[in-house]
Amino acid sequence: MKRVLVAASLIAASMSYSFEIVIDRGVDTLTPIAIVPFRIYENAIDITPIVNSDLSSSGQFRPIDEANMLSLPSSAEEVAYHDWRVLGTDYVVVGSVFIDGLGLLVAEFEVIDVNQERVLQSAQVKGNVEDSRSLAHHVSDEVFRAMTGVPGAFSTRVAYVLVENRTFVDERHTLMIADFDGERERPMLISEQPILSPAWSSDGKQLAYVSFEAGSSAIHIINLETGQSRLLANFEGINSAPSFSPDGAHIAMVLSRDGNPDIYTIEVASNVIRRITNHRAIDTEPVWELNGENLIFTSDRGGSPQIYRVNVDSLRVTRLTFEGTYNARPRVMPDNTNFIFVHRSGSGFHIAWRDLEGNRAARILSSNVLDESPSVAPNGVMMMYSTKSNRKGILSIVSVSGEVEYKLTSPTGDVIEPAWSPYLPLTTTFVER
Amino acid sequence: MSHLKNGAWIALLLVCGLLTACASQTGCGTPVEEEPVVVIERPPAPEPEPVPEPEVEEIPDFMELPDGTTVAVDSEGSVIRSVFNFEFDESEIGSGDFRVLQQHAARLNRNRDQSVTIDGHCDERGTREYNLALGERRAMAVQDFLLANGVRPSQMSARSFGEERPVDTGSDEAAWAKNRRVELKYE
Repeated sequence: MKRVLVAASLIAASMSYSFEIVIDRGVDTLTPIAIVPFRIYENAIDITPIVNSDLSSSGQFRPIDEANMLSLPSSAEEVAYHDWRVLGTDYVVVGSVFIDGLGLLVAEFEVIDVNQERVLQSAQVKGNVEDSRSLAHHVSDEVFRAMTGVPGAFSTRVAYVLVENRTFVDERHTLMIADFDGERERPMLISEQPILSPAWSSDGKQLAYVSFEAGSSAIHIINLETGQSRLLANFEGINSAPSFSPDGAHIAMVLSRDGNPDIYTIEVASNVIRRITNHRAIDTEPVWELNGENLIFTSDRGGSPQIYRVNVDSLRVTRLTFEGTYNARPRVMPDNTNFIFVHRSGSGFHIAWRDLEGNRAARILSSNVLDESPSVAPNGVMMMYSTKSNRKGILSIVSVSGEVEYKLTSPTGDVIEPAWSPYLPLTTTFVER
Repeated sequence: MSHLKNGAWIALLLVCGLLTACASQTGCGTPVEEEPVVVIERPPAPEPEPVPEPEVEEIPDFMELPDGTTVAVDSEGSVIRSVFNFEFDESEIGSGDFRVLQQHAARLNRNRDQSVTIDGHCDERGTREYNLALGERRAMAVQDFLLANGVRPSQMSARSFGEERPVDTGSDEAAWAKNRRVELKYE
């Protein structure tokens, strides 16, 4: 996929899709930082451009251009604070990349707080020489953590579906996994029939999805370590919207086998199915709260699609949204106090967020007209959703603070149904100095 | 280079069929005075079969097209419309569709070995999984109507493709109206 940074004025009612960097109101709210090009020794690979791009996409930082830097230090000792203070940069990241005696690629870096004249982090990340991209993302994770106190999520991946030649005889649906920034895309499953609803297990080792290969919807689980897929639910009617419980023991899903769509859970080890809701309205799109005690879901039992919560023990249902005529497909944020969802306003369908307890009003996060399928990064700082631009399905990454937006597009088709992975096991190692 | 799918050609054929049907009938495109039709929510016991309309004997109820798909045809030999549209987030059958659906029911009642697949679809607006459920609700509404008009449950199967199988990939009212539909498909 191709990534483009676009206009960031989410408060504006209509957003134009100029495929270029537009420094807008972001100037005031993004923290200026300097990522000084790392010193590259011998055969080592430069990772600075990726670190730069990662930190830009977080929506919290604005790395300054190298052309404006007054000096190019590669260690904290070489940093002249005055050079950075005059540029207004709050943080400076310096470092070097080399290949050590064991043949490992090593990035050594320091994060410096210019105002306090203090080194916040001094560390190394080591990894395979062939995999400088993973090394770069890991460095970004640690730099982000040093500056914000929140771990970065740049080493995570995203699952999504690429739809090519829709409505034509060679229509093709591909379940993909790529780095969060769209790089290193690899196909997991190719089908002539629709693929929907990819959902990660919390250990990142399995992916559930819905396919129509059997003629109608069925839920499958793919083991990402072995690549093997197994059928989970293929009852008469709808089998859709899988969601792994936080402990991985259960999967919530939607079945209409008993007459109309209701929420069920299945115990993965025993395949025992339990009915959670029983209402003649549409109940769908369940997702677990992080405590594993409640599911939040969409239902039109009140006359229009709204978001509800059900306790999986007592089965007691409470309504969470009341604003507007269409609120659907919730996803709980990692803080377990907020959730994001699709909200219909007068101008279209947007991504919004609000708190689970209903103490605050919903806040709109996106401003296109056909936004759907929101998914949050495991650190809660960024989220991704799908939308349509010039008749094409594209993904958009936006910071939850709302200042910066990236588009992920495919030259060959529509990109839909993004699912942001949890934190994944890393192939690189972090050593504090 | 891509080619139109079978389904798209059928849609074209159906449009042609409709146009000729309209030319030979009165009241096409305007609200038609209908016999009051009772839409029963749950499957009742099969009603006695409606009295078949007098027809020219050579005209069959179903016809196989060159591409292998089967369509229902009327007494004049024209293809009976098999696509039924809906309002946004609604699953109520339009009153203008009752008579056409009854024509399908009559043919299925005369041909008990003929089965029909009822596919529900939505436009792209709203969420995909909700639309999957909404498409099923539309398909069930048509299935219930056919059931109330004598078609046996064993002749019918309902499916939903949600918003995943649009006939028009545009993002405007005209495209959305076309995509919110139920299609009857004969094997």
